[in-house]
Amino acid sequence: MLKADNVSCVRGERRLITALSFTLERGRLLAVTGANGSGKTSLLRMLCGLLPAEQGRVLWDGEDVRACRERYLASLIYIGHLNSLKDDLTPVENVTISARLAGEAISVEKTCEALEAVGLARAIHRLPTRVLSQGQKRRVSLARLWVSQRVLWILDEPFAALDAASTGLLMQQLRAHLSHGGIVIAATHQEIEVGADRLDQLRLAG
Amino acid sequence: MNQLGMFAALCDIIRRDLLLALRRRSDVLTTVLFFILVGSLFPLGVGPEPAVLRTIAPGVLWVAALLSCLLSLGRLFTADYADGVLEQMLLIPQPLSLLVIGKVTAHWLISGLPVVLLSPLLGLQFGLTGEALGVLTLSLLLGTPTLSFIGAIGAALTLGVRGSSVLIALLVLPLFIPVLIFGAGAVSSSASGIGAGAHLSLLGAGLLLALALAPWATATSLRIALE
Amino acid sequence: MMGFARINWFKYSSPQAFYPLAGRLIPWCAAAAMLLIGAGLYLGFFVAPTDFQQGQSYRIIFVHVPAAWMSMFLYVVMAIWAGLGLGLNARPSFMMAQAIAPTGALFTFLALVTGAMWGKPTWGAWWVWDARLTSELILLFLYGGVMLLRTSIDDSRRADRASAVFALVGVVNVPIIYFSVRWWNTLHQGASVSMTAAPKMAATMLMAMLVMTLGFWMYSLAVTLARMRCVILERERQASWDTPPSQQDALEVS
Repeated sequence: MLKADNVSCVRGERRLITALSFTLERGRLLAVTGANGSGKTSLLRMLCGLLPAEQGRVLWDGEDVRACRERYLASLIYIGHLNSLKDDLTPVENVTISARLAGEAISVEKTCEALEAVGLARAIHRLPTRVLSQGQKRRVSLARLWVSQRVLWILDEPFAALDAASTGLLMQQLRAHLSHGGIVIAATHQEIEVGADRLDQLRLAG
Repeated sequence: MNQLGMFAALCDIIRRDLLLALRRRSDVLTTVLFFILVGSLFPLGVGPEPAVLRTIAPGVLWVAALLSCLLSLGRLFTADYADGVLEQMLLIPQPLSLLVIGKVTAHWLISGLPVVLLSPLLGLQFGLTGEALGVLTLSLLLGTPTLSFIGAIGAALTLGVRGSSVLIALLVLPLFIPVLIFGAGAVSSSASGIGAGAHLSLLGAGLLLALALAPWATATSLRIALE
Repeated sequence: MMGFARINWFKYSSPQAFYPLAGRLIPWCAAAAMLLIGAGLYLGFFVAPTDFQQGQSYRIIFVHVPAAWMSMFLYVVMAIWAGLGLGLNARPSFMMAQAIAPTGALFTFLALVTGAMWGKPTWGAWWVWDARLTSELILLFLYGGVMLLRTSIDDSRRADRASAVFALVGVVNVPIIYFSVRWWNTLHQGASVSMTAAPKMAATMLMAMLVMTLGFWMYSLAVTLARMRCVILERERQASWDTPPSQQDALEVS
């Protein structure tokens, strides 16, 4: 259970978020919307602990995430607006290495299956990532969601650069995750079709 | 178990950075070539007088090693910063200083170790003899990791900053001075027959101190840079 | 002086309250600085005895040594403020560190210039790789690093924290650098007359140096406070704390 308790966020001289509180139970998705520059990315980064909250705290299962940093990070996946891929490595290497560093070692075979699940054919699994298109790179970066056991997913514009088919695949994966008791927070401009009973909306005024 | 996990994570980070370096071999070669080139410039500038060369050799070779370390420091975090991987690394459920130690170790293996291995060759060019050559290599072996650790602080502080490549030199070079003094001093005193023991012990002490403090400072700087 | 004891000092840790207080302190510090530096110069240049070895030229140490002391002292003070800022996440501490740095750099520069002026008649060269002078030169680089790092980062929060980390790294290194330069100097047998081993300290000379140091200290206080006021105005231009006193009181009550 993720709980934001009265958090505020200041970037430079701008106050982006003031005294925001919410609780997110297992099996629910929080869609964060708002205009460009309204602080969606800052909010997500703050929830991950990358950005210190000006005031207030973020609680994971009732414990301040600053106090249980490693336990919290071990239940979290964050996919930022950058793809976090190394251009010189192949998609397979990118996914296996980033999962391994995050503490979730997976086999090459499982990685290939995940890449196929996001619609990347085996032929491009062994090419350097630099030759892939934007949408393909985004899919490589999202493939971690298919191999991970982590409960909390924090996704920054996950649908950006995705075509209709991949968007459908990701929606499906999100629904599956929620039905297994996962928690998702996603900043997006898109309607997320996971069912009204699972969806919470947060609109940032900026 | 946890300790084992930390060690495994450390190895993973080193292995990853080495793999990336292997894919970009030219980066590694640039550092080494730079070291050789800077070292070879001095005889051309000073003249081929063997006695003069032998006197300036320790200082020149150490300064060349220092500059080549500086040259490669820019790459330590910038690539990972630009493509977002560094952000992911901050979210690894391990202490951040561990990640720093891993990255610095890989950096040293890629850019420091080749310099250490090549140094006897350059020493020969400057007319250094048996024992002084050994001391030169040993002093670089002890000193260059310290340079990498100190340099990592500068690299983290200047991450994504305007004109960072010049700024990093201004920040880091003054901090390199003790290492330069003890490193070059070791070679000089061994050449003049005093023995290099004291200098080498001080270099070792410097390495331990850097190992204890620099990862923490670098981790703090990385957090600040990525806020 | 007794009145000061009852003041709640925490009240002055906010920029709003600090600004007028600094304004009131500056003239006093400046006046004290002028008096003390004047007295110190008089003591050093006219009262202190002539040195039998170096003649009159040694008198520059009445400026050089206090300036060198001050430069190191201010670096430590700056690092302490920087450390406090990082530890307590307190913006005023960072502002203080920012305000101190240029004054520290100025004293370092002064120590270098006076050292060179002393070196010419004594060693016959403007620059000799004397241990103390070399350390001062490196200290100047460190001050330069702190200030440059701050100016090259646009985000003020990041600039504060990054330059604070560098100031702390520097303060760990300063003793090591000083030690290594001393070591290097003794090995290479540089200058035979060292500044520290200059003439034997007569009581008047020590007096003159202490008075000068106090004067420099007062000067640093005055200049730092003035700079602090500028920093506050620049940083707080968004916040409107120049509200009428009545309103401010009301805010404090609620």
